[in-house]
Amino acid sequence: MTKETPVLTEESAVSIATQQDSSELTISFNVNGVRRDLRLDARVTLLDALREHLHLTGTKKGCDHGQCGACTVLVNGVRVNSCLSFAAMHQGREITTVEGLANGAELHPVQQAFLEHDAFQCGYCTPGQIMSATGFLSEPIDSHTDLEDLIRENMSGNLCRCGAYPNILAAVLQALENSKGERQ
Amino acid sequence: MKQFRYLQRTTPHEAMAALDATPNSAFLAGGTTLIDLMKLDVEQPSDVIDINPLPLDRIEALPGGGVRIGALARNSEVARHELIRTQYPVLAEALLSGASPQLRNMATVGGNIMQRTRCYYFRDVSFACNKRLPGSGCPALDGFNRIHAIFGTSENCIATNPSDMNVALTALDSMIRVSGRNGERTIPFEDFHLVPGESPQRETLLEKGDLITAVDIPASSFAANSLYLKVRDRASYEFALASVALAIEMSDGRIANARMAFGGVATKPWRARNVEQVLTGSEPSEDLFERAARAAVEGALPRRDNAFKVELLQRAVVKALRVLRQAGKMGVRA
Repeated sequence: MTKETPVLTEESAVSIATQQDSSELTISFNVNGVRRDLRLDARVTLLDALREHLHLTGTKKGCDHGQCGACTVLVNGVRVNSCLSFAAMHQGREITTVEGLANGAELHPVQQAFLEHDAFQCGYCTPGQIMSATGFLSEPIDSHTDLEDLIRENMSGNLCRCGAYPNILAAVLQALENSKGERQ
Repeated sequence: MKQFRYLQRTTPHEAMAALDATPNSAFLAGGTTLIDLMKLDVEQPSDVIDINPLPLDRIEALPGGGVRIGALARNSEVARHELIRTQYPVLAEALLSGASPQLRNMATVGGNIMQRTRCYYFRDVSFACNKRLPGSGCPALDGFNRIHAIFGTSENCIATNPSDMNVALTALDSMIRVSGRNGERTIPFEDFHLVPGESPQRETLLEKGDLITAVDIPASSFAANSLYLKVRDRASYEFALASVALAIEMSDGRIANARMAFGGVATKPWRARNVEQVLTGSEPSEDLFERAARAAVEGALPRRDNAFKVELLQRAVVKALRVLRQAGKMGVRA
């Protein structure tokens, strides 16, 4: 029941009308710049809407309880756990998943850094790690803190059972240092 | 997850009316507790009222000092707000020590106040639990109770309040603003949460239909001189085994005013007034800090697996006092 309409102008933006009182709902939001209209059971999480209804399976389901971070996406640019949010709460919002990061064949700097530092083994946590790092780079940072400590603390919501942490740290550090110029 | 009706409301009045309309309804804010517990069937509301559109997310200085934090302000927004970072560091530190960045971006102040316990038996519906099913029993009493409370317990419940934010707000003499059937009222933070006693299912003073709208932190001479110390099993992203919120005002080399509250060790955010009394009027010293630590654990009732918290809390109290002193916030830098 999905249809794709590129969102290009203010006029085409999805309205933020209040939801109808029901256990089944009509929901519209933009995913990676494309308008999506869905008819969903109210129980459907943002994660399940992305994976099962929109077939964007880059976003992973790990614990499904907000403990592992594999489901991390950006909502209006802010990183969140999509498993602990109902799709219905995101009427009119801009959702960015790992499928929406690259610019055509050109990888996002965080994706490129993960490749260059071999920052994964099995890859299951990787989309969540990359989305979390991308969200982190747009947040205000405490410049008094040691950068590696800062990254470890700010990436603590993303678990990696393969233990690729040293390489993830190196990748995020590279992305952070590359983004410093843009911050100033 | 059980089926429910999803309602979204845009004004406090409409939201409270919707909550009042059915016996088994719940407000939905950040969702980080409610949706988690709905997946576990611990929470089974028939009506979920999404209050995120309500205009309650502002953080603003109060005339005459102090700050008002809207109930829908996100934990991350509060922690990075200039006024909170500079004037209420204990609150910023407590918030940043809780959960993960993603969860802090979602979780609200009102939801954090209402956060449910992490007791394993409460979260698993295959066990009895006096909070979930009053009178069914408490498997934690003689079960695995390493994370459980040593203060404020009863023979019906020993579950801790898991919030870090609540501990800081208790120490800061905060007031919770509530809208209800009979208009607006304010409740001192320290009184808001209830010890389990005979009715562990009743966790706060809220009545049916009530909506938390904001938290007020009054102006004080001690809030800027404050810190939050959290001890846990991991360096990050873990609940407290013991935590200390501390605020101190100095005068002529003596502690003129002290505030202390504990997390991770009690069934509600635990204001340590007896420790405050030990500290008040005295010159900071290692001896004083040790006496404060001993006072901190007066009346502690440990169980089989959490007896270590009695020692851990004393060390946390001493460390919190030392850190504040070494930061030069007790007069001369030690």
